[in-house]
Amino acid sequence: MSESPQIVMDPADSERWLACGDWRLDHAADLHQHVSGLPGAARAVDATQIERMDAAGAMLLLRAARRLSVEPRDIELREEHRSLLEVIVEALDHETEGETEPPPLWREWLAAIGQVMAGAGGNLRMLLGFLGLTLARLAMTLPRPSQWRVTPMVFHMQQTGLNALPLTALLAFLIGAVVAYLGATVLRDFGAELLVVDLITYAFLREFGVLLTAILLAGRTASAFTAQIGTMKSREEIDAMRTLGLDPIVLLVLPRLLALLVVLPILALLATLAGFAGGLAVSVLSLGIEPDLFLTRVREAVTLQHYLVGLIKAPLFAATIALIGCLEGFKVAGTAQSVGERTTSAVVQSITLVIVIDAMAAIFFMELGW
Amino acid sequence: MSTEAEKQELAIRVRGLANRFGTDVVHQGLDLDVRRGEILGVVGGSGSGKSVLMRSILGLREPQAGRIEVLGRRVDGGGQALQTLRRRTGVLFQDGALFSSLTVRENVEVPLATHHPDINDTLRVELARLRIRLVGLPLSACGKYPSELSGGMRKRAGLARALALDPELLFLDEPTAGLDPIGAAAFDDLLRTLTDALGLTVFLITHDLDTLYAICDRIAVIGDRRVLVCGRLEEIEAFDNPWVQDYFHGPRARQAKHSQTRQKD
Repeated sequence: MSESPQIVMDPADSERWLACGDWRLDHAADLHQHVSGLPGAARAVDATQIERMDAAGAMLLLRAARRLSVEPRDIELREEHRSLLEVIVEALDHETEGETEPPPLWREWLAAIGQVMAGAGGNLRMLLGFLGLTLARLAMTLPRPSQWRVTPMVFHMQQTGLNALPLTALLAFLIGAVVAYLGATVLRDFGAELLVVDLITYAFLREFGVLLTAILLAGRTASAFTAQIGTMKSREEIDAMRTLGLDPIVLLVLPRLLALLVVLPILALLATLAGFAGGLAVSVLSLGIEPDLFLTRVREAVTLQHYLVGLIKAPLFAATIALIGCLEGFKVAGTAQSVGERTTSAVVQSITLVIVIDAMAAIFFMELGW
Repeated sequence: MSTEAEKQELAIRVRGLANRFGTDVVHQGLDLDVRRGEILGVVGGSGSGKSVLMRSILGLREPQAGRIEVLGRRVDGGGQALQTLRRRTGVLFQDGALFSSLTVRENVEVPLATHHPDINDTLRVELARLRIRLVGLPLSACGKYPSELSGGMRKRAGLARALALDPELLFLDEPTAGLDPIGAAAFDDLLRTLTDALGLTVFLITHDLDTLYAICDRIAVIGDRRVLVCGRLEEIEAFDNPWVQDYFHGPRARQAKHSQTRQKD
């Protein structure tokens, strides 16, 4: 192995220091410590005994020279190391400019909170703007059947509706069973087990049918929309469409929005039925309620009003999910990482908004006494 | 004995390299020497296997046959030998290949932290900043993420990371592709300066004729699954092969040559 690097005082001349050994990155840690301990005031540094030197070594040599208050030009060097040292001197010349001190932590936190709030506000405004834009394009397109994009719409109906049906039905069935069990546990104490049927009917007609479907689609469809449009955006396909005189809103957003508007109420209805089936299964198998009794009870509990209170939310949810999914897709900027971030954001936003809207609707209808 | 001394002078020695993808033969019996301290430009048509060659030399791809020695060690040794080689080589991929979740400075610190864990934080930061200055980036770029940089700056940042360990051998994959002519010329100058100052050996894949004329010491032309010819620019230009003739005597080559002679005057 080569000699370890050193810088020591010349025994013959106390204002002259001698550097020798292997000044390379491998020894940088030792050298750094050595150099930081150097006393000030010397006249010259003799570095001609340095056998090998790289950029890290050159930087440390300059550091040593500075601590000894020796100018870089007063460092004696081997010829082969001169150009390296010059390059490093030049690079270190601008040491003072640039990178600013990071602000204190509490200010960064405050700034982060502010940024999140401003971002949320901006997001909401952008979403409203996007809603307006889409509605305007829809109004423009409706009277011109030649511009209707029927094939993509049907395609998206299959993707978001038909393909999601098994999952939606299964989950609704299971939730129906859970609600039945839950209700039975409480109601058994009052000897009112039969009211489990009413509970399931109200719950699924007014809330769960549509809410479950919406949450499922928010996770499944909003993310898919964002990824599809985001990938197109990052490959400049959207820009290409614009330069060809095509409207990405008409081409990409309207088919998805309309498909979801059609599909979500249907899925919600089927989810409601699946929920009933789940409740029925538990009631029959575990609570000892006869199927006939269950169905009669359901028929008595179901009114058009309950059904409409539930179903009226479906288009709202559909529009929320479709618009957020598409808008987040358009927000993708360049990189693949951005597609991932936007997809996450789309799912989080759409699920949050769906639940917020549902809660507000519940309060609204309750106050109206519907 | 003379062959031993010759070997010492070679930074990379490839003999009988064969690379196949299924039935698709990319290299067959490819020989290549890169001497210490030179900039070797590697050219060849699209799909001629320039990048595959680089990946084989770097040990990222195991060739079907052949012997590759880098800095006197066999690449296919694996394990510790390969790890030592990694410490002595730097690579700049086509678009910089910076880690997108790290800032520029953190990117440059990664190799330092991996191979030199004994270096403390302050020194590591300073070394990283030195590299960033060396490649001509402002220090304000330190805290930025790769997505916030322009293509030229990303390449420079990638070069800073490649230089982090003070390597003896540098691999560059199309360093000037996608840069504007002024940026590309500046990058060429930077490469030449750094190579001379740091005593680097450079393996440079390029399509840029200006780069070839401006900074390469020797050029290797890849075609027909092997190195067609390897030598100084004059030798290559005189080489009798239609592709080589088209490449080095087309209008773009004439222009590059012209601008080069003008610069020297």
